[in-house]
Amino acid sequence: MTDAAILVKNVSKKFGDTLVLRDINLEVPRGQVSCLIGPSGSGKSTLLRCMAFLEQATSGTITIEGEPLGFVEGPNGRRLQTAAELRQTRSKIGMVFQQFNLWPHMTALGNVSASLRRVRKLSKAEAEDRAMAQLEKVGLKERAGFYPSQLSGGQQQRVAIARALALDPTIMLFDEPTSALDPELTGEVLNVMRALADEGMTMVVVTHEIGFAASVGNKICFLDHGKLLFHDTPEKVFAAPREPRLEQFLDTYLDRGAIMLR
Amino acid sequence: MSWKLFELLLQASLMTIFVSFISILAGLVIAIVLSAMRMSGNRWLYAGTGMFISFFRGVPLLVQLLLIFNLLPLIGITLPSLATAIIGLSLCTAAYQAENLRGGFEGVPIGLIESAEMAGFSRTQSFFWIRTPIALRMTFPALVNEAILILKASSLVSVVGLVELTKMAQNLSASTYQPLPIFASAGLIYLVINWGVAVVGRRVENALPGLPAK
Repeated sequence: MTDAAILVKNVSKKFGDTLVLRDINLEVPRGQVSCLIGPSGSGKSTLLRCMAFLEQATSGTITIEGEPLGFVEGPNGRRLQTAAELRQTRSKIGMVFQQFNLWPHMTALGNVSASLRRVRKLSKAEAEDRAMAQLEKVGLKERAGFYPSQLSGGQQQRVAIARALALDPTIMLFDEPTSALDPELTGEVLNVMRALADEGMTMVVVTHEIGFAASVGNKICFLDHGKLLFHDTPEKVFAAPREPRLEQFLDTYLDRGAIMLR
Repeated sequence: MSWKLFELLLQASLMTIFVSFISILAGLVIAIVLSAMRMSGNRWLYAGTGMFISFFRGVPLLVQLLLIFNLLPLIGITLPSLATAIIGLSLCTAAYQAENLRGGFEGVPIGLIESAEMAGFSRTQSFFWIRTPIALRMTFPALVNEAILILKASSLVSVVGLVELTKMAQNLSASTYQPLPIFASAGLIYLVINWGVAVVGRRVENALPGLPAK
C-alpha cells in the first residue's frame, strides 16, 4: 500500500507513430496539488487523460489509491477492466474539462444531480438537495435553474466543478480549466479551485496559469516533448537559475506581465 | 358542395391525424431502438438494422402496405386495417427517423459523452440520459418534417381498407359526382393540419433547451 493518490509508472503513449508521452514517472501524494505545465503539444493533457483512462497508455501503469486503473493483474498477465470495474476505480476521480462539457439539455441543477440520481440512485429530492449544496459551494445557488447556454463561461465551469464533486471523489483532475475563458472570468474559477485545494483535495491541474500554479501548486511538473523534465516544488522550479527549456517557456509569460516570476 | 360532405371529410381527417400521430410516436421509439442496436458495436445487430433501414426506405410505402396486408394472413395473423395501417406507417417512418437520428447521434460532441463517462454513467445510461436527448434536440426540425411527410403519406393507407381523409374523399366523389370541390376541400384540410404541425413544431423547437454549443 502506498500513500500516493496517483502513481504513474513508466507511462508511454503513442498516437500512431508519434510518441506523445515518454516514460513518465510521477507520484501525486494525497492532499496535494500537482500542476502540469509545459508548451502546447508537450503531452500534459494526454497525461491527465491517461490518469482518467480516457486515453489508454501504450505502456506502463497508473494506479489510483493503490488500485490499477484500466487493468486487472491476473495470473495470466493483465487484462482490461470490465466497464463496471473501470467505473468503480474511476469513482474516486472527478474530472473538469477545458470545454466544460455540461449537458446542454439539463439545467445547472440537473447537471450536478444527474449522477446522484442515475448512478447513486438517490431520490430526486435527495439528489437535488445534495446538488444544491455543491452549487452553493461554487457560489451558484441562484443559477440552479439556468441552462448552460444561459450561463457565462466562468459560471459553466463552476457548475462543471460542482458536477465533478457530486459523487465525492477523492481526486480532482482539471484539464486546462480556464483556457476557454475570457481573462476576466478565470479568477472566479481559480478561486473555487483554490478553496478546494485549501480543503485538502488531491488535485492534478493542467494549466497555463503560471501564477496559480506557483501559488497553489505543491508540485510543479514541467513537460516538454512528452518528457517530464522537472517535478519539484514551485520554489525550486521557478528559482533562478532555471533550465534553459523552462526559461524559454516562462519567457513567453513575461510578455504577458507575469512579473512575479522574475 | 354541402356542409354535410365537408363535415364527413373533417371526421375522416381525425382518422388521418390519429393514424399519423400514433405512427410517428411508434416510429420514433423504434428509431431510437434501431439507433441503439446500430451503435451497440455488435456487427450482427448493425447489419440487421442496416437491412431493415434499406428495405423500408427503399421499397415504396404503398408496396409495403400491400405486402403487410397480404403477407400477415398467410402466416395466420389477421389484423384490423387500423393496426395494419399503423404498423406499415410506423415501420416506414422508423427507418427514416433512424437515419435522421444517426446524424444527431454523430453530432453529439465527444466531450459530453466523456463527461458522462467520468460521472459514472454506464454506456446504456449515457445513451438514454445524455446522447438520445441531445440527438433528439438536434434533429427535432427533421422530426417535424417527417411528421408532415407521414401525415401526407397516410393517404396511402386506404389500400388496407382504412377510411381516412383521402379514402373518404374518394368515396364521396364517387357517390356525389363532385370530385373537384371534394378533393379541393380534402387538400385544404391537409394543408391546414400540416400548417398547424409546422407552427406548433416551431414553437416547441424554440422552447426546447439544449443545443450543444458550436
